Amino acid sequence: MNEFSTGIPLLSLLTGLPLIGAAIALWSGKHARAVALITTMSSLMLALLVWTRLPVSGGMGLVEQLAWAPSLGIEYHLGVDGLGALMLVLSAIVTLMSVDAAHRVHHQPNLYFALVLVLESGLFGSFTALNFFHWFLFWELSLIPAFFLIKLWGGPRRGPAATQFFVYTMAGSVALLVAFLAIFVSTGSMDFGHLTLLASTGELEQMVTAHLGPVSLWLAIGVLAGFAVKVPMFPFHTWLPAAYAEAPSPVTMLLTGAMSKMGVYGLLRIAIPLFGPQIAQIRTPLLVLAVATIVMGAWAAVAQKDLKRVFAYSSVNHLGYCLLGIFALAVPSAGAAAQASQAAALNGVILQMFNHGITAAALFWFVAMIQMRSGGGRGIDDFGGLRKPAPVFAGLMGIALFSSLGLPGLNGFVGEFLIFRGVFPLAWVAATVSILGLLVTAAVILTVIQKVFSGPVPERWAAFPDLHHGERLALAPVIGLMLLLGLVPQVIVDSVNPTVLNLLAHWRF
Amino acid sequence: MMMQEEAAVAFSPLTQCYGGSSFAAHMLWLIPALPIIAAGAIALLKQPRRKTSATLAIGSLSFSLLLSLVAFGQVLMDWAYGDYGSRETVNLTWFQVGAIHVDLGWVLDPLSAIMLVMVSFVGLLIFIYSTGYMAHDENYTRFFCFLSLFAGAMLGVVISNSLLLLFMCWELVGLTSYLLIGFWYQKPSAAAAAKKAFLTTRVGDIFFLLGMVWLFAQTGTLLFYNNGGGSMEHVALSALLAQPAALGLTAAGAIGLLIFAGAAGKSGQLPLHVWLPDAMEGPTPVSALIHAATMVAAGVYLIARVYPLMQAGALAGGTTTALTVVTWVGASTAVFAALIAVAQNDIKRILAYSTVSQLGYMMAGLGMGGVAVGMFHLITHAFFKALLFMGAGSVIHGCHEEQDIRRMGGLKADMPLTFITYSIGMLALCGFPIFFSGFWSKDGILEAAQHWSVAKAPFYMLVFGALLTAFYMTRQVAYVFFDHWRGHKPAHESPAVMTVPLAILAFFAITLGALGTPVWPWFRAFLDGRAAGFDLHGFAEPGLLALMTTSTLVVFLGLGVGWRLYGNKSTRPEAKDALENAVPWVWAVLRDRFYVDELYGVTVIAFYAWWGRVADWLDRHVWGGAVTGVAWSFGLWARLSRFLDTNVVDGSFDKGCEELSAGGGLLSRVQSGRVQAYLRILALAVVALAAVLIWSARP
Repeated sequence: MNEFSTGIPLLSLLTGLPLIGAAIALWSGKHARAVALITTMSSLMLALLVWTRLPVSGGMGLVEQLAWAPSLGIEYHLGVDGLGALMLVLSAIVTLMSVDAAHRVHHQPNLYFALVLVLESGLFGSFTALNFFHWFLFWELSLIPAFFLIKLWGGPRRGPAATQFFVYTMAGSVALLVAFLAIFVSTGSMDFGHLTLLASTGELEQMVTAHLGPVSLWLAIGVLAGFAVKVPMFPFHTWLPAAYAEAPSPVTMLLTGAMSKMGVYGLLRIAIPLFGPQIAQIRTPLLVLAVATIVMGAWAAVAQKDLKRVFAYSSVNHLGYCLLGIFALAVPSAGAAAQASQAAALNGVILQMFNHGITAAALFWFVAMIQMRSGGGRGIDDFGGLRKPAPVFAGLMGIALFSSLGLPGLNGFVGEFLIFRGVFPLAWVAATVSILGLLVTAAVILTVIQKVFSGPVPERWAAFPDLHHGERLALAPVIGLMLLLGLVPQVIVDSVNPTVLNLLAHWRF
Repeated sequence: MMMQEEAAVAFSPLTQCYGGSSFAAHMLWLIPALPIIAAGAIALLKQPRRKTSATLAIGSLSFSLLLSLVAFGQVLMDWAYGDYGSRETVNLTWFQVGAIHVDLGWVLDPLSAIMLVMVSFVGLLIFIYSTGYMAHDENYTRFFCFLSLFAGAMLGVVISNSLLLLFMCWELVGLTSYLLIGFWYQKPSAAAAAKKAFLTTRVGDIFFLLGMVWLFAQTGTLLFYNNGGGSMEHVALSALLAQPAALGLTAAGAIGLLIFAGAAGKSGQLPLHVWLPDAMEGPTPVSALIHAATMVAAGVYLIARVYPLMQAGALAGGTTTALTVVTWVGASTAVFAALIAVAQNDIKRILAYSTVSQLGYMMAGLGMGGVAVGMFHLITHAFFKALLFMGAGSVIHGCHEEQDIRRMGGLKADMPLTFITYSIGMLALCGFPIFFSGFWSKDGILEAAQHWSVAKAPFYMLVFGALLTAFYMTRQVAYVFFDHWRGHKPAHESPAVMTVPLAILAFFAITLGALGTPVWPWFRAFLDGRAAGFDLHGFAEPGLLALMTTSTLVVFLGLGVGWRLYGNKSTRPEAKDALENAVPWVWAVLRDRFYVDELYGVTVIAFYAWWGRVADWLDRHVWGGAVTGVAWSFGLWARLSRFLDTNVVDGSFDKGCEELSAGGGLLSRVQSGRVQAYLRILALAVVALAAVLIWSARP
């Protein structure tokens, strides 16, 4: 047990709260949104409380550990470090944003909000679990509500999109599951901490080889595949544009803002700690895929005509930087300079996870508002000159867009800067090619601004309503957060950095 | 107890590492902060509060100017008392990751002090001028908000003692430039020009960013000066020189070139010059402030700031690869843009190409003569080019938004004040001898070119550029101010709020030259950290008088030929240009700007769009096909599993299965069809997991 654990099982409470909220929402008919709002707000409070109680050392805090099925290596083992806690806060913020954005759900709102809350619980569970079984349960638990939310409340082509999303992610999960079964067979443990320890001494590989033969590399690939689909990594990303486009925009906010982070988180919590040497072995092809994710993601966005697909591909591009940072740092570190670069890259990756979550969710929120005002229209060529009838809308969405572009002074820049600072000395070719992504993303985003907000106003949008008071009030904290993190990134960095150092100390490549 | 400690760790304030001593250095951050705060305040205002917004913007910049003068005075005092290398820095750690400190800071030295005074002074005049020029614009408030934000960001670039802080302000400057070029966003051409400007400069910026992270990785700091530990100081530079990079360059040279790419984007150097002429879509005060006097000069300033890096490894009297590249790019740009300016008919576009050309002079000056030579031209140019743009604004205003010089004429009678001040600016730009500042600053560059050790070609290129400059400016002035009125509605003189700033700038366009004559080379001495003596023998330097004579003759030749072709020629607006009649094909090439935009259109832009379509096609058909395959095989697997489930798996697991199915069924009640199949897969996966676990956990 950990010295920081308290009497109150904070993490279990956090994970359970949305489930209770979901149950209430299910029975509260039209008031479901209010229930969901209260639940998500309370969850955010709790998540922030967790954030403030992190141990200074960067290690696991708030640990809860109970025997569950010891003979199967299954334990109820929860805990968070800076990374996990940051993801909890992010999930809570994004879910709150999503619930706030979803005030036009007419069809079975009780079920809708109940599912959203179950999804939130799944997110919390998977960001706090320290045992594979437990973690996997929540990983899958989050998938099911997401599937139904797309399937039942999505756009006209929601059926295939939902199926593709579910099946593809499931396929990834199966690969993960198989790999973990093999690990369990070899070690008799499913505890992340224990396995990380085994891996850091090289014992894990020996045990796997002893039991199953030289299959460590294949296990690594299996685990990577599971996460590659979720993040997603090129070329396993094709489910994403369809799912993001067909899901109702508040659900897209959840998918991109929080769920995509489960993949990156999995890489950091599971893949890298357990399979460091194997990943280092196939680092070059992985870097190629990361660079392809960045560059092809950005470029595919160029050709899209649907705002949601534009931002979907832009999300692929942004998460590509996380992949780049993670794979670039997978080298046996030689000396202080390389370690400094690794630390910079990993800090950058974690910042980028948070920043992308906030910014992408905000962008899809704006799309939701555009759709609401235009009766469902979201084609990039359908609009023009909206800045005139809706100056505040244009201004605030402009800030979110420039945050996505990586403008210094807003949140996106610091993460990307740190990633490039870390990656350049470790893999300069990959860094140099990826930097093209920054240019293409800028072109995409400025094209959106040009086509939607500039030019003459078409007759039919002459009375496009600007943001009303409530919407401004709801958006203000998000925009404020973008500015805050752009100017004072130490709000996050100071808590994440100890965790980064702690993680790096336990990783072996 | 524990909680409080942890919360304290989570938020550490900026900590000061090393401070300068003087009050001026400590207060330096206020200079950019004031206009930025004003911009924020204006942004929160309601739209119709025009007077408040202008007052806030002008008031805050006035304070910045005051503080800049105090800072300048401080540096000047140090210098006057013989403390030539005066440089005060204040550095802060922004945040820390691992062993890396990400530091920001500001610096007060002759370079930043001179630039501060120039930017805030010229900026203030343009702010005042804007209250007249933009008086009838419906978005007056927003204009001052953006203008203020620009001024703050630009002043931030100037004071930065950290390449990172400089880059951040640099990007903010780019943002405000984007916002102001596209200020009249309803015009599609303005929106397109804004986008083009941002993206073209960003091409340079991504190289800049690479250079920056490289420098950071190599030296461990992005501070320029930090008591010997900065990246522009001896220790870091020798380490960079010892580190080889590709193509025979040292790391110092390669990083220098990458940073220069950023500077070339901002300063409109070849081949990234294409955005600057289009940027003229913005309101004229914006062109004067951002696209003539300050922002476009930021690239030159950046090179001056990192000059120790650019120069690292040069032997006495020699040069480095980086500086050689700077020189060639600068000299080529100078001639190239001047040629294009000859064949333009838009009053602002002529000036825009002229700006590109003059920025080329500055770069060449930096490359061959050093910081002082390039910076002197930057300062004099800022004054006379701002003057010219504001004069052009006055002309456009007086001619009812007409910008085609063929539809003007005879304005010297209608707009006498504008005419006089414009002529002063024009003569300064041409480098008219003795009495105008441009003569002295340009001669400094030519003199450096004459003595350049690598090649003589830049010298001839720059002399040819001077000839062209005199020629195209004469053409423009002849069209606009002489002959008779060819427009529709008669022109009128602009109000005093516009003409008084013109007069002030005109005064400086003449007098600033006195700071950099060979008799009293104060500017150079101040920047280089030497004493400046008054010495009549300054002219006696070998070759100097010959050079001055040459450049004088060249200017007169340009003026003469220009006047001969265009002076009082009484042409109709539709008539062909005199030069077009003489050499039609040359005219066509120049008028169409050497087809560079068209070339980019069929290469870079076409590739960008085509590759976008390819990426999309690959996604939909190739990678998407793989997904279909996975989905299909997955379905097959599901069917197989179902078979296994019912026939193979031990009956003791059926109960668990049922429970899970029931849970799934609860959700799937709202749904029909294949969903259940997938839920079953999930249930199955869990069962399979359990099965293997049991199996493997046997003793």
